[in-house]
Parts: sequence; C-alpha cells; structure tokens
Amino acid sequence: MAPDTLAAPPPAHDTATTPPGPAISLVDVVKDYGGDRKGAANGAAVRGVDLDIGEGEFFSLLGPSGCGKTTTLRMIAGFEEPTGGRILLHGRDMVGVPPDQRDVNLVFQSYALFPHLSVADNVAFGLRRHRVPKGEIHDRVDRMLHTVELADKADRRPRQLSGGQQQRVALARALVNRPRALLLDEPLGALDLKLRQSMQLELKRIQREVGITFVYVTHDQAEALTMSDRIAVMNGGLVEQVGPPREVYERPATAFVAGFIGTSNVLSGRLADSGTGSGAEAGARTGVLDLGDGQQVVLPLPEGAAAGSPVEVTVRPEKITLGAAPPTGRVSRIRGTVEEVVYLGTSSSYAVRTATGTELTVFQPNDGTAALTPGRGDTVWLTWATAHSYPLAPAPAPAPAPGPDAPAPR
Amino acid sequence: MSRPPARRARRRPVAALAPYLMVLPGWLWLAAFFVAPVLVMLSLSLQTGDFIDGFRQTFHVGTYGDALATYHTQLVRSLLYGGAATVCCLLIGYPVAYWIAFRAGRHKSVYLFLLLLPFFVSFVIRTQSWNVVLADNGVVLGPLKHLGLLPGDFHVLATPYAVIGGLAYNFLPFMVLPVYVALERVDPRLLEAAADLYAGRAATFGRVVLPLSLPGVFAGVLLTFVPASADYVNAAILGGPSTTMIGNIIQTEYFTNLDYPGAAALSFLLMGTLLIAVFLYARALGTEDVLEVAAR
Repeated sequence: MAPDTLAAPPPAHDTATTPPGPAISLVDVVKDYGGDRKGAANGAAVRGVDLDIGEGEFFSLLGPSGCGKTTTLRMIAGFEEPTGGRILLHGRDMVGVPPDQRDVNLVFQSYALFPHLSVADNVAFGLRRHRVPKGEIHDRVDRMLHTVELADKADRRPRQLSGGQQQRVALARALVNRPRALLLDEPLGALDLKLRQSMQLELKRIQREVGITFVYVTHDQAEALTMSDRIAVMNGGLVEQVGPPREVYERPATAFVAGFIGTSNVLSGRLADSGTGSGAEAGARTGVLDLGDGQQVVLPLPEGAAAGSPVEVTVRPEKITLGAAPPTGRVSRIRGTVEEVVYLGTSSSYAVRTATGTELTVFQPNDGTAALTPGRGDTVWLTWATAHSYPLAPAPAPAPAPGPDAPAPR
Repeated sequence: MSRPPARRARRRPVAALAPYLMVLPGWLWLAAFFVAPVLVMLSLSLQTGDFIDGFRQTFHVGTYGDALATYHTQLVRSLLYGGAATVCCLLIGYPVAYWIAFRAGRHKSVYLFLLLLPFFVSFVIRTQSWNVVLADNGVVLGPLKHLGLLPGDFHVLATPYAVIGGLAYNFLPFMVLPVYVALERVDPRLLEAAADLYAGRAATFGRVVLPLSLPGVFAGVLLTFVPASADYVNAAILGGPSTTMIGNIIQTEYFTNLDYPGAAALSFLLMGTLLIAVFLYARALGTEDVLEVAAR
C-alpha cells in the first residue's frame, strides 16, 4: 500500500526565514500510545511530523483538539518520548534526554505554579536548580518580574493573583532561565477574551524583546494568525500545511486548512477545459469548472490536472463581490439567492444559496464601496478574481490500519 | 411575577436555619460524649474521699500535684514512647504513602485496602499475637536461640522496643492515610513543571512534593502521636514493669486502686501535656503555612 504522501508542502527551507540552521527540527516524529488512548482509531497521536523551526521564530502549532499538537510540544519538552523519528534542538538529538536536561522551558496550560512558593520563588526555581549565584538570581528575577509587570507582587502566593497575573508568572518562570526555546501549551486558554487579546500583544512584545524561539500550541486560529511568524496546521497527527499566517489563510493547501482557518467556501466539480493561458491571465494556466447555466469558476490550474478530473476550489468570503448582473469574460460567476444578511459592524455577511444548493458566505465592507447591498431573497451574481480561487489538494489519505509501521516512511 | 418572591419569603427561614440544623447532630454528639464526660471528670478530679465512704466535692487541687509528683516518670516515658512510635510511623509510612500515591497506578485502592485489612481484627488480638510472635522462646526467638545465634536470656518482650514497635505497628495506618491524601492531591503537572525547570528527582521531591505533603504529615503526626502516647494496651501486653505508660497507671488507679480523683487528675495531666506538645509542634512547624497549603 502506498504510504500517504503529505498534502502539505515540505517545510520552508529558504534560509531567509531560518538563518543559521533551525533551532528545533522534528524529523518524521511519531508517537504511538499503543491504541488505548484517545485517538486510538488513528493508531498514533502523531503520525510522522517533519518541522524546522527557526531561531527566534514565533512558531504556532494550530489544530483542533486531538490533532497531536500538544503531544508534539510535550515531546519537544521531553515529557513524552517519540516512538519514532528524531527531535533536534540546535542540531543535538534530544531523544532520551530527560526534561530537566533540556534547554527548553514549557509554559503549562494550567500554569502549574508551585502553590507553596511566592511569586519570586516560583520565578527563581529554575535558576536555583542551576546553582546560579544568589545575587544574580535576585537581579534576574527582579528584572523578569518588571518585564511582566509583576514586580509589586513578588511576595504574593500564586493563589492570591488573578488568572492573567498567574499566566505572567508562568511566563516569567520559564523565560528567566533564558532557554533556547520557549514552549507554550495553550497558555491563554483559561483567560477571558479581553485579557486574552491583550496578552497576545503582550506575548508578542516579550518575544520580540527576549528574541527567544517560541513554539506556541493553540486551537484558536485567530490567536495563531495574530501572533505567529509561521503556523503549522495539524490534523489527525499530521501537519497539513506550514507557512506564514497570510499564506496559510489565503492559500490553504487542503480542504481541512481552508475550513479550519477562517470561514471558507468550497466548490467542487469537474474540470471542463484545461485551456492554457487564454484570456487575461497570460502565462498562467487556468482551468474552468462549468457549473452550467452560464455559471463558472475560473481557477489557476493545479499541476497535472486534466480535463474531467474532479477538483475542489476554495474562495475566502471577503474576496467575493456581489453584483446584480452577470460579469462577462473569463472570471468566476455564480448566481444565487441571498438567504441571510448579518450586519457585523465593519462588514456585512451574506449567506447565499446557489442554484446547485451550495451555501456560500460573502463578506462585504460597510464602507460604502460595495457595488450592491442586497436584501434577503434577492438574486445576486457572485464573482471574484481568478487568483482568489484556490484548488485544494485532495485530503490526506485515511489513517493506515493501526500497526507497528503506521507512519509513512519517506 | 408575585409568586417567586412569595415562595422565597416562605422558604427563607428554613433555608437560613438549614446549616445550623445540619451541624446540630455534631454539636449534640460533642456535648453528650465529649463536653459532659470532661465536666464529670473535672468534677471527679476535684473530689476527695474514698471508695467505701464515698467522694465529696471539695475542690481539692492538691490531687494534681500529688499525681504529678508520683507519676511524672511514666508521663514523660509516655511522651517519649509516643514520639518514638510516631517517628517510626513517619519513616515507614511516608514511603508507603508515596509509593501508593505515585507508583501504584490503578491498583491504589487495592493497596489502601490491604493497609486497612488488619483493622478487621481487634486491636487487642493483633497486639496479643505480637506477644506470641515475640515470646522469649516463641516462633522467632526460639529457633534463633536454639541455633545459638542469640544468647539464652535474650528477650524482646518487656523492653521499650517491644512497646514502641507495637505502638508503631498499631498506629501506622493513621500516618499513611493522611500523608497519602496529601500526596494524592499534588498536581502531577507540578512534578513536570519542576522537571522542566531543571529539578532532578531529589530536588523535585525536596522542593515540591515534600513541602506540599506537609499538611498530611502534620495530620498524620497528630493522629499517631496523641493516641500512641495515651495508649495502655501495648504497654500492658508487650511491656514489663519498667515500660509502664501513663495510660496503664490511669487504668490501675481506676480499676484496681479505685482512686477516682487521682485517676481523673492524671487524665487531665495527660491531656494538658499532649495539648501543650501539640501546640509547640504546630508552632515549630508553622501551622499557618501548613494550613495555607492545605487550603489551596
């Protein structure tokens, strides 16, 4: 049986974003719990992950619960041993090295602050274990508490602090050790929305200040998009796509990525013609999905696609324009009926039902530039530029039957 | 809209009384089985007379001084034996509790049950069987003496070791259970956090696990030391004339000498001594700190 070739493109190796060799490398990392855990259906929690995380990068592992992102992070921290593959920290193989001897620190989702120690003692814990001189400990703890704006709380117990303050203690406790990389396991998950948003900016500021590699696990796509230099989208123990936020959002590689990040419209059909570079898009090969009745989707032609092959295309809601009349030329155009209009402040969201029964979401700005502001029941024409149609790679092959050699060799 | 307020008004007195009603059985229990006996004993200790002619309330405080002068040796010995047994229980019980809490996996309840299994046999019978086991020519010492490994006059019974050993044996679960409960409550993620912050096994234990288990140790020490110091069964069955504890004296005063005021005074002396010891212990350990961790 052919092993699943990952739909995701291989991690970016361009030296511009990852200067002197990656800080953290995962090479075909597998974690198999032996089938008695959640995710037993997949056989393994992590099924062969390759990642290169650059020095000083803010890197996010994004995915739904059970996708293997936390397991991956815990393997980097050393709390779980991979059942296959290698984990390199600055080129050094970490498999078999216990957590207390790894130069990374983890910020726990629950913070895991020591309840019997003061804030200052919590922060000093790692430095004391490393037998840093007393005076230096005092200075570094003091400076770190200033960085997280908790200098006046140094003598408090964790229990006496608010959730956001505890979160910053956890951050300070890890960062004060100046680790080669900081691992964060959904650190903002327990905070309310307002606090979470301000902490996102705060984290970003601290990361810029200390210049340490951050590996950030989250299931919140908005959080990942806001903070990350690059995002790895995970699903079912595999990485589906790695890239900068804009790329992951605008050019989703798979239907899963398109659906998980932001609102996405997916249209499927068979390729009508594989015309080469006709019309406006000179040079680029474009294809057409003929939806009948004058409706069509024009898309950049995926490699190796032939006429008649099935294709899925995604388009982001804000790329679609609404019009009263069908546009002409080689552009995407679909007719539909407005089923719902939701006013969102800066924009409005339209749910449009097409003749084929697909529901599409359209965002239009409320700044007066929209050509048409239809109401419920109106018939409208949807159109968008060819460049905004993204053909999706087929979904990754279903999980191989659980077995010792479940992961894909490559 | 008028119904909810009306209903609330009707329910309010009952709702307000409910907490008091719920603690009432506890208060009644304490009043009937603690406060009343203590008052009776207090009155008894301040009476004079004898069993034949009857005791009269004379508020004679001298009984306390006499009792202390006569039996202070046994009082101090009781505290020493109780303390020694408590230390033994801690040294044996902490590792047991630690093992059950962190290493026993899904069989925790089995091991806890095994720990409590001896309680299904009477306290006196268990202690008496130690008397058989440790007898001068019994199942352990007999063969050893026969083989010449021990001198013929070697004995364990009637020594402080036998009494302290018996106390430690009998009160071990009272140490293990509270320590276990405290260890069980330690968040495993704290152990991971310690490891993540470069603490090895020893540092993780010393800096995180041990401090967080101190409330359990505190409770275990109280639950062991107080009853062990006041015990008389172990000294009576496993001890000899030189190992008499204050509990034995009180028992003899009551049931053999029929000196009720003297026995009652000794009981209060024991209670007072234990309260002072516990208070000093709590002060030394920093109760507030201990209780603060316990209340987290």
